[in-house]
Amino acid sequence: MGRLRLKTSTDNLLTYGLVIVAYVVIRILIAGGSISSALQGQLVPITAYIVMAVSLNLTVGVLGELSLGHAGFMSVGAFSGVVTATLLAGAIPTTWLRLALAMLIGAIFAGIFGFLIGVPVLRLEGDYLAIVTLAFGEIIKNVMNIIYIGYDASGIQFSMESTNALQLGEGGKVILSGPMGAIGITKLSTFTAGFILILISLVIVLNLINSRAGRAIMAVRDDKIAAESVGISVWRYRMMAFVTSAMLAGAAGALYALNYSTVVARKFDFNTSILVLVFVVLGGMGNIRGSIIAATVLTVLPEVLRTFNEVRMLVYAVILILVMLVRNNTTLQHLFQRIGVRRKKDLLNGEKGDDA
Amino acid sequence: MSDSRKKTKMVPLPSQAIIPERDTAEKPILEVHRLGINFGGLVAVEDFNIAVGRTEICGLIGPNGAGKTTIFNLLTKVYQPTSGAILLDGHDTSNMNTAQINKAGIARTFQNIRLFPTLSVEDNVKIGLHNQVKYSMATGILRLPRFFSSERRARERAMELLDIFDMTHLASHRASSLPYGAQRRLEFIRALATNPKLLLLDEPAAGMNPSETEELMSNIEKIRDQFQIAIILIEHDMRLVMGICEGIAVLNYGKIIAKGTPEEIQSNPLVIEAYLGKKKGDQ
Repeated sequence: MGRLRLKTSTDNLLTYGLVIVAYVVIRILIAGGSISSALQGQLVPITAYIVMAVSLNLTVGVLGELSLGHAGFMSVGAFSGVVTATLLAGAIPTTWLRLALAMLIGAIFAGIFGFLIGVPVLRLEGDYLAIVTLAFGEIIKNVMNIIYIGYDASGIQFSMESTNALQLGEGGKVILSGPMGAIGITKLSTFTAGFILILISLVIVLNLINSRAGRAIMAVRDDKIAAESVGISVWRYRMMAFVTSAMLAGAAGALYALNYSTVVARKFDFNTSILVLVFVVLGGMGNIRGSIIAATVLTVLPEVLRTFNEVRMLVYAVILILVMLVRNNTTLQHLFQRIGVRRKKDLLNGEKGDDA
Repeated sequence: MSDSRKKTKMVPLPSQAIIPERDTAEKPILEVHRLGINFGGLVAVEDFNIAVGRTEICGLIGPNGAGKTTIFNLLTKVYQPTSGAILLDGHDTSNMNTAQINKAGIARTFQNIRLFPTLSVEDNVKIGLHNQVKYSMATGILRLPRFFSSERRARERAMELLDIFDMTHLASHRASSLPYGAQRRLEFIRALATNPKLLLLDEPAAGMNPSETEELMSNIEKIRDQFQIAIILIEHDMRLVMGICEGIAVLNYGKIIAKGTPEEIQSNPLVIEAYLGKKKGDQ
């Protein structure tokens, strides 16, 4: 008895440990100068993608609903974060505080969108839900393409036509410029900020899973009718998981956007949603540590594969297919088990006759 | 639809009670008045009246397709009744959904077992305790002291409940890895965990051998006595039904054709006809 609980908590500690060790190692490598500048430029995007993967895993793995519009929430977080950071530039000189606030506002806006989208979407299930979330991602992208925001002495100006329509006064500054995206961003994001955001999302997601609300979410995933029959409000817990997932994606979006001087809405399109979904599927549904590893490896991989030049994406695709095949091969899984590589799934099974 | 439900007048109680002499001093836990549902014209249940005492064990029997499970689905609002009223502990349930019905005091098991297969046995029971041991989402995420005390309480309670069926040693196993009989028992425990006043068991003995059924019978009675709850069960195993049910309602084609004690039911010609058909020449 209690073995399962013990193992889940050691499992979680392993996940935190992995992230912290990876951070320390990378810091040391940077100090030693053994990480190329191209790879160093990838560090913040990697952390943003890890948070994206962890948060999508909450929807896909824990809630059990396929969402194809996760990049849409990233987009909402990115642009609201950029606007926040730019507007606060004068008021708050401390960059880390400005970044934190930008991520917070990004998370809140994405959460609001998550709720608004959730109201109609969470009435649906399965394929229908997937299609509506896909549409949401595309809608957000197109809406962002026609939004113009600027500010001047008289305050924030908003338009859906062009930068000229903002009619900015003397010394005015354009923040969002429609299809040109957010321009003139002050780069605030750091690798350490990304690392802290990963830790925060891990605390939120892992603690949520191992709590009353998390059990209710998983109960809804496993059997909606049975969950209702034991007094769980299905709608409420689906919404809770969906909004939490959207908020984390929003924070990741703000982190991602504030790492560049310009960001366009096209960056957060269907391909990005699918990319994040690939991280989740490859890392294993409901397996948070798997998501982290998959996000890291698959973001670094294209950089590493630059030596292959033209066939780079082909090799990338082949590696994806191979990993999928290996993961789903029962013979290999048994082999891994025998040599001591144990998956979470097996921990849950427990062994018979070993009950005390 | 809802209009007809509101218009329904309360019918005097004795006419609904399965066994009028039981629990007459107290208000019944469940009163059902003229309950009915039709699916696009097909009348599945019609004019269903029943009253159940606070600690009564009663059986709902009838041939396949008679509408027994439909009654359970109506009582728990999986289906919305098209007519009639359901009163739980004297309160109207017409505006409640399935989850609210459970909170109000009706728990159930399913004919085709519905556990949370990927979760552990312990978690299945803890999910049953969802509305018994409460703390907010934030308390859970921030791991506040309340989280630890509540989780400890949930765990202790889950173990107590599992102990009823000697299943504590299975707590860390995956629910789907349990043998069939144990899955049925776990579903029973999960329903009990919601602290119901009325428990609906849909074919609890299905797939059990005679000795397991025997054990189940004594367990059902034990649980009734220990928890002081009412139980309605649907069952085809007549030994179980006749052995532990104090009152029995027989359903055929969505209508009650007989109500009474096991002895009365066994000798009722209408019941015999529903199960065995008419004798040749009788018309």
